[in-house]
Amino acid sequence: MLKVSGIHTFYGNIEALRGVDIEVHAGEIVALIGANGAGKSTLLMTICGKPQAAAGQITFDGADISRLPTYQIVRRGIAQAPEGRRIFPYMTVMENLQMGASMTDPVHFEDDVERVFTLYPILKERRHQRGGTLSGGEQQMLAIGRALMSRPRLLLLDEPSLGLAPMLVKQIFRVIKEINEQQDVTVFLVEQNAYHALRLAHRGYVMANGQIVMSGTGQELLANEEIRAAYLEGGH
Amino acid sequence: MGYFLQQLINGLTLGMIYGLIAIGYTMVYGIIGMINFAHGEIFMISAFISIITFLVLGLLGMGWVPLALVLILVTTMLLTAVYGWALERVAYRPLRGSPRLAALITAIGMSIFLQNYVQLLQGARIKPLQPVISGGFRFLSESDFSVNLSYLQIFIIVLTICLMLGFTALINRTALGRAQRACEQDLGMAALVGIDVDRTISLTFVMGAALASVAGLMFLLNYGVIDFYIGFLAGIKAFTAAVLGGIGSLPGAMLGGLLIGLIEAFWSAYFTVEYKDVAVFSIMILVLIFRPTGLLGKPDIEKV
Ligand SMILES: Nc1ncnc2c1ncn2[C@@H]1O[C@H](COP(=O)(O)OP(=O)(O)O)[C@@H](O)[C@H]1O
Ligand SMILES: [Mg+2]
Repeated sequence: MLKVSGIHTFYGNIEALRGVDIEVHAGEIVALIGANGAGKSTLLMTICGKPQAAAGQITFDGADISRLPTYQIVRRGIAQAPEGRRIFPYMTVMENLQMGASMTDPVHFEDDVERVFTLYPILKERRHQRGGTLSGGEQQMLAIGRALMSRPRLLLLDEPSLGLAPMLVKQIFRVIKEINEQQDVTVFLVEQNAYHALRLAHRGYVMANGQIVMSGTGQELLANEEIRAAYLEGGH
Repeated sequence: MGYFLQQLINGLTLGMIYGLIAIGYTMVYGIIGMINFAHGEIFMISAFISIITFLVLGLLGMGWVPLALVLILVTTMLLTAVYGWALERVAYRPLRGSPRLAALITAIGMSIFLQNYVQLLQGARIKPLQPVISGGFRFLSESDFSVNLSYLQIFIIVLTICLMLGFTALINRTALGRAQRACEQDLGMAALVGIDVDRTISLTFVMGAALASVAGLMFLLNYGVIDFYIGFLAGIKAFTAAVLGGIGSLPGAMLGGLLIGLIEAFWSAYFTVEYKDVAVFSIMILVLIFRPTGLLGKPDIEKV
């Protein structure tokens, strides 16, 4: 479904991605783990064309998307809940969801909103509240809900559990599984919370210094000594 | 009392003209964070488009004033919108992402260019227009003074109010307005939900120019003379209005415009005409000392 080959991305002179290859198949949950500053967020943003890759190719459903502007990439069925959530702060919860639905046929709107409210009932209570006044957990739910409003086939999630209480982390991961299984959405998940992410994911990649250094099934990576030492020890 | 009321009417009329121009400054600043110094020239160009359309309609024997005004309004809005669109497309879009100073200098350059462009095409002499809407109401008549509310002032006030209501609904209720606000709050995120950001920015310039063009037509009708230089002072006043109201805020722009119109009218009436511009700018400085974000400006929300 998504194939990233030999991607290099720069911020000015800094080379943030140094030849990244990744593949995500339809129906999978794929996790990407790695330390802070490894280039995980840059990879998700590069997939969406902002910044654009300096070299390499990204294909989605076989079509090259690496030269397209962002809005044309996401219109093909990719949605992202980006790092920092980036809720529109002066818009209500409802308007944020409407923004998520910018490119879908309005006839789906009522159903889609209901579906998001079923996943996250708290958003229904807050629907007239401004995004900027929500708590961190609520903003994360809204970011995921907004991404789902575009009826994506591929959902990119950037550290959805960051800064959330353990209870909420569990809930976020449960919903990701639900979205993947019941709504048939493929998920590419970036996480620092390696334990939860690898348990949930079918496959995983490990990134360091702008390169993929390891890959395998979730189980394999969880069992790997190096990964346990680098990303799991102490945490869980 | 009558004298006071008269200044109130004059000030409001003037303020509505400033407010309509100010919206263009505030919207462009809101969406791409630049001060479009050529916006005053867009206003000036619209006044020229209006006067030319008047002459053309006159030559065609179009004598019925209400219909002529509607035709001129529509023509001016459309043609001025094209100028606003082209300005962004040609001068500003290629510089997107470059340092702010580059955009600022380009804006000043475009301002000078457009002035010279009109001067070259239309000449430097002032262009007069005979009164189109005359007459009005007189009330509170005393022996030596009566309050005068002209039909032209009613036209300006009513038209501005209608435009503002329509425009507010457009921004708050429609998908286009939502996209515009989304771009204002987070350009990158707007692109991530599928908004064509470049198109939305173009539309912002188009809307700003269309509103300024109504102000251009009103200015022409109100003063009866224009030249290639009117955009400079009107532009600075409208920009001041936008800052006073809180740059980025639409109601702020209108409020700032009204305040500046009122200050100008009352200062000229009770103090000296010569210092009216000084008064306007002094009051802006005073307000900004106590409220740096302007009267209705919103403080930056911390990005989480
Ligand atoms: N907007 C930016 N400008 C310059 N450098 C950046 C920018 N964003 C990220 N970087 C740099 O790129 C590298 C990768 O960052 P990022 O993709 O955010 O890592 P991660 O998401 O894995 O923590 C880091 O060295 C970071 O400092
Ligand atoms: Mg990151």
